[in-house]
Amino acid sequence: MMAMARGKGEGYIAQGLGIADCLAAIYFHELRYDSANPTWSERDRFVLSTGHYSIAMYATLAEAGYIDAAELPTYGLNGSRLPMSTFDDLPGVEVVGGSLGHGLGQAVGMAMGLRLDGSEARVICELSDGELEEGSTWEAAMASATFKCDNLVALIDCNGIQADGPITVKIEPVADKFAAFGWDTAEVNGNDMAELVDALARMRARDEKPKAIVMRTTPGFGVPTIMKRERAHFVRVDNSEWDALVAELERENG
Amino acid sequence: MAEDTFSPGRTRGMGELIDISGKTTELAPFGRTLAELGTERPEIVGLTADMGRYSDILPFRDAHPTRFFNVGMAEQCLVMVAAGLAKTGKIAYCTTYSVFITRRAYDFVAIAGAHSKANVKIFAGMPGLMNGYGATHQATEDLNMMRGIADLTIIDPCDATELKQVVRAVADIPGAVYVRTLRGKVPVELPADYRFELGKAKLLRRGGDVGIISTGYMSARALDAAKAASAAGVEASVLHLSTIKPFDARSVRDFAQQFRRLIVAENHKTTGGLASLVVETLYDSGIVKPMIKIGLADSFFECGSQEYLEAKYGVDLPRFVRAIVEAR
Repeated sequence: MMAMARGKGEGYIAQGLGIADCLAAIYFHELRYDSANPTWSERDRFVLSTGHYSIAMYATLAEAGYIDAAELPTYGLNGSRLPMSTFDDLPGVEVVGGSLGHGLGQAVGMAMGLRLDGSEARVICELSDGELEEGSTWEAAMASATFKCDNLVALIDCNGIQADGPITVKIEPVADKFAAFGWDTAEVNGNDMAELVDALARMRARDEKPKAIVMRTTPGFGVPTIMKRERAHFVRVDNSEWDALVAELERENG
Repeated sequence: MAEDTFSPGRTRGMGELIDISGKTTELAPFGRTLAELGTERPEIVGLTADMGRYSDILPFRDAHPTRFFNVGMAEQCLVMVAAGLAKTGKIAYCTTYSVFITRRAYDFVAIAGAHSKANVKIFAGMPGLMNGYGATHQATEDLNMMRGIADLTIIDPCDATELKQVVRAVADIPGAVYVRTLRGKVPVELPADYRFELGKAKLLRRGGDVGIISTGYMSARALDAAKAASAAGVEASVLHLSTIKPFDARSVRDFAQQFRRLIVAENHKTTGGLASLVVETLYDSGIVKPMIKIGLADSFFECGSQEYLEAKYGVDLPRFVRAIVEAR
């Protein structure tokens, strides 16, 4: 991800680093897919609602075999298949995710469609705390409980930031709100792999209730300089600084 | 269940809609055709945002209850859920009123629907000036809004005959579709051999004095007006464009060149809808013709009966007949 952002000179690297553990847990511990057959009808669907987290999504898709890692440095460059926000024409990407508040509702529709087909496949949807400010997210939250989508797991990335800085709208208590909407809920440290894997494993019950995992994440996790930035929503730095940040990541994480 | 089951006459919930006096009608052609189609095609699902009764989709619900979903008063959710269902191979027919799907759910229609090439078929009730509840319920700029969305097919059927064909046709039109839907007792205006073709204008009447270009149920009014004008010695042709997008520019150009004067008629503002499309099309080809626009002003409109509103805002039959006579 650091190399990808360096090519462009900027990117949503703080969110990418913050969500990397979550995507790793989903793709390499929970999701059933076949990267050689991206449209396999029995695949579990992963819906990335926050299209600007694409930097982490592309890294994950490369690791999972959907795309060639050699393509990653084209992130955000003109003519690239890997734009700064995700579009559903890339194999492995299920929805157009850039306009926030669009993901959860589409995940609900997918969960309903899979159930109509008698499929055992599930839908895992990532969305962000900022998206809880969109009314459409709550429309979808009500619908998923109404239609008993127990084949749907929502992972809510609570990183505390949005475009203008720290989240100022009173979105808490997130888990209690989803519980009140009729969801099974869990709350985890979203940068702790063991907690994530455990929570995902506990959210497989077919009890007619959708599942929400509230993840507390740290933007820029693994790179202290980015973790400490007050304005981490969009990171733009020059080449010499990227070298220092990459060195920091390697030092911190071996 | 009995209380809630679809029954004749219960779909015309508010106000008098288009004048059906003296006309042959069919009840709920949209919902009844969709129910039949749903039997033939198990991939069809039906959705509504608390407008099942008022959009005529209840016959589908009654025939296919496990494939019908009411998401409540949540138009954004309606489109998102429909798009998600479409992504699992379903063809999702959705209903609500035109005003709500256009004004409230625009971003979702554009991105989750059209951009995603999702098989979301929106049957939007009471388009244009077709509701006595005032501006909150009158979708007088829906064509203007929707034609701004790329990759969205837009259809404005004339009558029950065409609407039934459109219900079937859209199942095989890829991607998102917006259909202005007539509900309740819908007049039968077009001949039995009429055939809807996507993107094709249809000549409904031949007359050498005046050329009328129209869409939706205003094409039926154009036929009525042309008949009345004929009695006064003026003969009008009527070119019906039920597909607004993709737009049949060639037919409009060829038609316009045959006449000294044109009338463009639509159940919509004269800005941004059919009249604008015709002017753009003709201007781009260097064709300039005197034109009378029958449609609504750029305004919000008051409450009242359909008859009162149409007369007040100049889209009623007498106004249409006068326009044809004036245009000669």
